[in-house]
Amino acid sequence: MFRPSLSQTELEAKALRIRRKIVEMIAAAKSGHPGGSLSAVEILVTLFYGVLRHDPSKPKWEDRDRFILSKGHAAPVLYSVLADCGYCDWNSLDTLRRLGSVYQGHPDVRFLPALEASTGSLGQGLSLAIGMALAARLDGRPSRAYVVLGDGEIQEGQIWEAAMFAGARGIDNLVAVVDYNRIQLDGFVADILDVEPLAEKWRAFNWHVLEVDGHSIPALQNAFAEAEATRGKPTVLVAHTVKGKGVSFMENNPKFHGTAPTLDEMQRALAELV
Amino acid sequence: MNPMETAAGPALKLGLATREAFGQALVELGRQNPNIVVGDADLSKSTYTSSFAKEFPERFFECGIAEANLIGIGAGLASSGKIPFVSSFSAFILNKGFEQLRVTAAFPNVNLKVVGTHSGISIGEDGPSQMSVEDISLACSLAGFTVICPADEHATRALVRAAAAHTGPVFLRMGRAKAPIIYSPETAFEIGKAIELVPGRDITLIATGLLVAEAWKASILLEKEGISARVLDMHTIKPLDRESIARAARETGAIVVGEEHLVDSGLGVRVAQAVAETYPCVMEFVGIQDTYAESGTPDGLLDKYGLLARDLIAACHRALKRKR
Repeated sequence: MFRPSLSQTELEAKALRIRRKIVEMIAAAKSGHPGGSLSAVEILVTLFYGVLRHDPSKPKWEDRDRFILSKGHAAPVLYSVLADCGYCDWNSLDTLRRLGSVYQGHPDVRFLPALEASTGSLGQGLSLAIGMALAARLDGRPSRAYVVLGDGEIQEGQIWEAAMFAGARGIDNLVAVVDYNRIQLDGFVADILDVEPLAEKWRAFNWHVLEVDGHSIPALQNAFAEAEATRGKPTVLVAHTVKGKGVSFMENNPKFHGTAPTLDEMQRALAELV
Repeated sequence: MNPMETAAGPALKLGLATREAFGQALVELGRQNPNIVVGDADLSKSTYTSSFAKEFPERFFECGIAEANLIGIGAGLASSGKIPFVSSFSAFILNKGFEQLRVTAAFPNVNLKVVGTHSGISIGEDGPSQMSVEDISLACSLAGFTVICPADEHATRALVRAAAAHTGPVFLRMGRAKAPIIYSPETAFEIGKAIELVPGRDITLIATGLLVAEAWKASILLEKEGISARVLDMHTIKPLDRESIARAARETGAIVVGEEHLVDSGLGVRVAQAVAETYPCVMEFVGIQDTYAESGTPDGLLDKYGLLARDLIAACHRALKRKR
């Protein structure tokens, strides 16, 4: 099993490496979604280095935990974390979005079998994660299912069908993380279609709710530990994040939801990410 | 067995509805394979998945009236090695779940079995909001899906077993009304291989589901007119048995297709494509015209919307006139 106990400094160094790669690969592709990848860096780094039970040398290990990036447009953060873990090639990450690349525009299991699901059409990952959690329960396996949702994504009705089901059935080997970066394609979530009161919504659906600073690795670690210890309810982390985190001109800027940095912008971003 | 002669023409003994045979087949499969799991959306008493739920409660997932989530959960279970059958009325599971079927089942090619009951207009009194007349079209448009529509209870049991044994996504189309018995428990069915129910030289009737029995009756009545009509049961609509279709086109030179589905987008157009690419011949199509039906008795609806042996015979006459 791959569950390294990295120091906070080492984890922060991982996060920085991932951030730089996200900017580089999206700039190379000349299209993509930097903002929502950068906001989810600490969430994925925390999960893949110490929380998830997984083994890059055995990607289909039955007892592994399942991870689904339901907000599939943040594929660059997932690809770079998977590559850093050793599931796939780090050096070819810059082929993102090119014809034939395993690094498709949105996660595609046909190209990258280490992925648990093909996502990109929003709203569907939570249902998939429930199915995986139920299968583990049936087989008496210790696997848990983790799913990262976008804050705009939860405007989809299917999320609440799934939330109602998981809450009613008390599926406690299931954890959802809402990457609450407050921006979606058309603008600020609060203006497009406000999702508040967010924690209360999940609580009303019988979930254990934790609000957490989504850029604090220790806070995320504590929250995932509490989720694992919670019995009889699924847990959701409302992770307060900053869209474009780490790059000053991308932070809180709706433009960088779905716009690639130019080469000049990439250089300015990399100069900040040190 | 052969159709009985009655004053009104040939008649077949009624058997179970295909949905009921599906429920029985699921229980049998459940006993043989612990990986069979089932999900439903608050219609288990109508889809007959309730029998499975009763015997295997821990392997049955009642999702409530939430078809999109039902399909997602099914796809997740399939990704973890289960063989999930998810079921609801065909109109609901395909129309409300179409995007989920596309992205979480078809595109990653997961081993999910989707069963739509209450297909066609023969559901009767509940009316058009519950009738599924576009499900063949929708299911066939999902890349990699296998699409199956059994004609009677024996075909259903065999094809549900075949669907479970097949690796990959499958849509099975079931009816609400009792279906005439055509086959025996011993009849062998193979996915993608049509069954030649009646041999014939002059014309071929290709049908699926409830229309197979009507095609059989039509062939008996045509025989009395001196017309030798072949009948093919196209229980697998995708992948289509192009070989049987090409042979029918070549050997009989005329084809009539019958289906309880919108005529513009179902089995008929798929057969026509195969015919155009192999041995072009005269064709006629019997199905639901570009409309939605209404409440009524199943028999009354099949009569009003032109889905009986009588309608197939009329189409054969039109085709044979053009053939000469």
